[in-house]
Amino acid sequence: MSSIHTDHDSFGERLRHTPAGTPDTTHGSILYLEGVTLSFDGFKALNNLNLTLDDGELRCIIGPNGAGKSTMMDVITGRRRPDQGQVFFGQNIDLLKLPEHEIANGMVGRKFQRPTVFEALSVAENIELTLTGSRSPWRMLRARRTAQEQDRIDEILTTIGLIEHRQADARILSHGQKQWLEIGMLLAQNPRILLVDEPVAGMTGEEVARTAELLVSLAGKRTVVVVEHDMAFVRKIARKVTVLHQGSVLAEGSLDTVQNNPKVIEVYLGETPCSH
Amino acid sequence: MLLKKLFNGSDAAGFWVLAAIGLMLVWVSVANLALPADHPLHVSTYTVTLLGKFLCYALLAVSIDLIWGYAGILSLGHGAFFALGGYAMGMYLMRQIGDRGQYGNPNLPDFMVFLNWHELPWYWQGFEHFWFAALMIVLVPGLLAGLFGWLAFRSRVSGVYLSIITQALTFALMLAFFRNEMGFGGNNGLTDFKDILGFSISDDRTRIALFVASGLALIGGYLLARAVVRSRFGRVLVALRDAEPRTRACGYPVARYKLLVFVLSAMLAGVAGALYVPQVGIINPGEFSPLSSIEAVAWVATGGRGTLFGPIIGAFAVNYSKTELTTLAPELWLFFLGGLFILVTVFLPQGLVSLFRRKAKTPPASVTKADVTEANTTKAKPTEAKS
Amino acid sequence: MNTQPTVLSNFSLPLQWTLRLLLQWPLQWLLRLSWLVLMALLFLPPAQAESIAPGSATVSALAEGGMARSQALNDWIEQPPADPADAAALHALNHDRLFVHTTAPARLGVEHADGQLRDPASGAVLGTSTDTGWEKIRLNNAIRIKLRPRIDLLDLRAPDAAVRHAAAEDLFSARLTPAYVQEIKALIPTLAEPETQAKLGQLVAGFELNDPNPQVRLAAVAGVADVLDPEIRARLAPLAENDPDPTVKAAAKAALDSIQRRVDVWQFSQNLVFGLSLGSVLLLSAIGLAITFGVMGVINMAHGEMMMIGAYTTWVLQQLLPNHLSAALFLAIPAAFVVAGLVGIAIERGLIRFLYGRPLETLLATFGLSLMLQQAARLIFSPLNRAVALPEFMQGSWALNPVFAITFNRMYILIFSLLVFFALLLLLKRSTFGLRIRAVAQNRQMARACGVRSGWVDALTFGLGSGIAGVAGVALALITNVGPNLGQNYIVDSFMVVVLGGVGNLWGTLVAGMGIGVLNKFLEPYAGAVLAKVVVLVLVILVIQKRPRGLFPQKGRAAEE
Repeated sequence: MSSIHTDHDSFGERLRHTPAGTPDTTHGSILYLEGVTLSFDGFKALNNLNLTLDDGELRCIIGPNGAGKSTMMDVITGRRRPDQGQVFFGQNIDLLKLPEHEIANGMVGRKFQRPTVFEALSVAENIELTLTGSRSPWRMLRARRTAQEQDRIDEILTTIGLIEHRQADARILSHGQKQWLEIGMLLAQNPRILLVDEPVAGMTGEEVARTAELLVSLAGKRTVVVVEHDMAFVRKIARKVTVLHQGSVLAEGSLDTVQNNPKVIEVYLGETPCSH
Repeated sequence: MLLKKLFNGSDAAGFWVLAAIGLMLVWVSVANLALPADHPLHVSTYTVTLLGKFLCYALLAVSIDLIWGYAGILSLGHGAFFALGGYAMGMYLMRQIGDRGQYGNPNLPDFMVFLNWHELPWYWQGFEHFWFAALMIVLVPGLLAGLFGWLAFRSRVSGVYLSIITQALTFALMLAFFRNEMGFGGNNGLTDFKDILGFSISDDRTRIALFVASGLALIGGYLLARAVVRSRFGRVLVALRDAEPRTRACGYPVARYKLLVFVLSAMLAGVAGALYVPQVGIINPGEFSPLSSIEAVAWVATGGRGTLFGPIIGAFAVNYSKTELTTLAPELWLFFLGGLFILVTVFLPQGLVSLFRRKAKTPPASVTKADVTEANTTKAKPTEAKS
Repeated sequence: MNTQPTVLSNFSLPLQWTLRLLLQWPLQWLLRLSWLVLMALLFLPPAQAESIAPGSATVSALAEGGMARSQALNDWIEQPPADPADAAALHALNHDRLFVHTTAPARLGVEHADGQLRDPASGAVLGTSTDTGWEKIRLNNAIRIKLRPRIDLLDLRAPDAAVRHAAAEDLFSARLTPAYVQEIKALIPTLAEPETQAKLGQLVAGFELNDPNPQVRLAAVAGVADVLDPEIRARLAPLAENDPDPTVKAAAKAALDSIQRRVDVWQFSQNLVFGLSLGSVLLLSAIGLAITFGVMGVINMAHGEMMMIGAYTTWVLQQLLPNHLSAALFLAIPAAFVVAGLVGIAIERGLIRFLYGRPLETLLATFGLSLMLQQAARLIFSPLNRAVALPEFMQGSWALNPVFAITFNRMYILIFSLLVFFALLLLLKRSTFGLRIRAVAQNRQMARACGVRSGWVDALTFGLGSGIAGVAGVALALITNVGPNLGQNYIVDSFMVVVLGGVGNLWGTLVAGMGIGVLNKFLEPYAGAVLAKVVVLVLVILVIQKRPRGLFPQKGRAAEE
């Protein structure tokens, strides 16, 4: 993937005419990473990374350990700031200028590798806290759950299949259920982009199948990015695959294309992508 | 009963604790004022003062629990806010002495005359008015907590780092208040109070009034803290306590939440300190000592953090033991306190209340997730001493 | 001369001999030589000197009594002594032991301890003090006051440095005539110790700076232009302000400025040394913490009590070996390491290992432990502070000039702290044990899989950190009192140092310790000791705000995830 051409003048124009917080996706893309470099003690975790996501696509990102997948997500969510490069949400919103919590609110949602739900809160409360809306502490002091919110919570709980457990403390859920709850929490945030890190690690076969179904159904309305080692799972859901290696994009295309790419084969030599 | 209705069953223990406090307020007041001194049921003024002190400690404990039990912020310097509230009250009481001090100076407290000062420093202005002092009692701790918290939370200082710098904060304040030049009476602090709001401070009725005020402040503080933790705000606190990065990823400005609850807690501590000072009759820099703060943490840990009523029980239990032990065998008190810390943290991390609670309804303080994550963070750090 | 080291009497073993060889012996010989030359010069019998030989005019007048005696005493005292006999007689006079034979032949006799009167010059026995014809010369107050500076001047030539020093001190409060001042001035270059020289130079300058003659003032200003003593500066200042003679005024101002510049430089160095000294103490107390907190991630609030244990170990060893202070001290270092280390291992196995992964609980439990240890110390050793005696080689100081001096014990602690630091660095970087410590700290599971017994490594690592704290306690015992609260006073500071330096980074600990120490000492002149501490604490808090992972954070993925 080559770098994205941006015309700075026309870009400035658009910035002025687009309402704040709304991404400009007139060119069909929702996220642009451009020349992003981030190093730790001289080790380049990301090395001139260029990546564009189309609005509404489902993208799988694969790559060996240390390829920079997690770091890339850190950069997109604002958890880390790159040394160089640009990250734009739509063509108009510079994510590097926004604090983490603003990015998280309605733009990019992230599901961590290890499921982290709020264990001490009930399943419904977990969703409630992640629903879109004001995050102001003052509002929260007075907030009551509205009927609208209740409907939305129930709707999401139904989608992820946890409606039965809504009153239970999240800590008693099984591993797979926690993964779904976390996806549900992500849905509640209503982000345009969903970053999902290894969603099926430790799941049973049936759970994997349900998760694949869920993710595929989410794409379209949202852009879904899945980082996964499990190639069988990738094959199940993937339309477009990006291979990361040493902090930059090695190959991009359909799963078959990249799997036959000589460079990819070379990188994976001795580390053949294995399925369960 | 209105109170009972407020507690809709799920917080029965809290209701009973508050009810016990209310009962104690009424019974002690009556037994002290209405019964003659030789009556077997008479409660001495000494006991009234002692219980009044415990009530203030309990409010301090609730304020600590609010941030530690619900937001995971362990402050080892909360005594500083308590002491600041106490000093604000002490300054008012000093100004009430007027010309009845040893030097008979109508404007200056004795220690300033002693230091050869000729006029009241600017920061003492206004403290002759009760309303002003009352405002300062919440504002000064609140502002300090606000400033400190803003700096700390904004840059994501958390966990043990925060604990240590809160300890440093109260340590620094202690050193500062020991200095005579600060104008707070130095080593001796503020004492020799005469009256409050025109009532003699040594009068039994004033003492009862202060005792009752402390009890009401505790009940009020409890209800306020309860309202906070039961709101959605409180749920966000629990969320960030257990999984702060996740909460941030949900879009919550975590620092602002922590700041708000930290300031609120500091204000409660300030009120506790302000009620404490007229009852014990003195405030000195010793209240800023890190040990005082950590003792308060011991009450919360012993009682059970994350329950709000646990710390009240803890404050009473530990301080009652302290009173008994320091009269019986003063040299054993520190062994007891130290041992209590170890026993509670190792064997009873949920405090005394966990012994009686059959099934947790209120979210108990999680000792698992957040702490483990944090430990991993520290543990994961390489030893590397780069040369 | 001012830049020569002084006080060479008390030095440590290796340093002592080197310095002796280099400085003390040559100086002493120089001193003795000059003393001989001086004596020879002074006591070559000058022809015109009034003699106190029997029958001389002075002696006759003394024998006469009354006004004549007073006059003769006055004249005699004002003259510098002509020969050793004269000096001996003056000393005797001062001690009320000078007798005069009132009947012819008029002569002086000095009363000795055995009651015999002897001739001041020859030492021949003349009789006893009770013999008829002998009368004790009694002094009135006016004469006594006159005699005092004369005796001091005599003492300045005494072979004993202490006597000379005391005499110089005494001259400051004596009543001096210009003649005396001139005499002192002439004497200054012959003195061996720069310290005494400087003192007397100050005294003379004090007189001459106020001399009515501008030439003398000018010369005096030139004479003190390189003296750093604050006393001289205080005397120069009024001249620089408002001397009627513009030349003197300008010279005084120039001299004052140049002195000030030099004082500033020395003051800066002194502050730096003080700061490094304080920093070394902070470093010592923080190194152990850098292991337990920095490497293992354990918050040990009882760390200060490990130092306390080390300090008490030192004290106990000194009680056991009261006559071998140095030996006790050198024994204390390994002993404190072992005692504190064992206590540390016991704490780790008995308490901390149950709390891994719960830092806040560890903090509280170890705090409880620290309370108990303090109270135990109070019960065992009493709540009173104990003082550890400094062995001889650590006493004294090295004073370069009035503004700059280093006490030996501080210097040794500075060196010692660096030794401990580098030893630890070496241990962690180069030894197998160090490798295991780092392996367990980075990845417990993996280390265990590689055959490292992580439980033991934890215990030993914690013991190592505690042992180093014990060793720090030995050093602390030398500069502060040993008491139950010894550790408490350092715990907050130590944590600040480790946190500021960046947890897990030993070099950061070094820089932070020294930095905090130096900053503290540079703030002290402006803010006072307590406020300086407050300011430093606040600054550290602010720095931690800016750099939450310390000044030298561990970088990389592992540090955050």
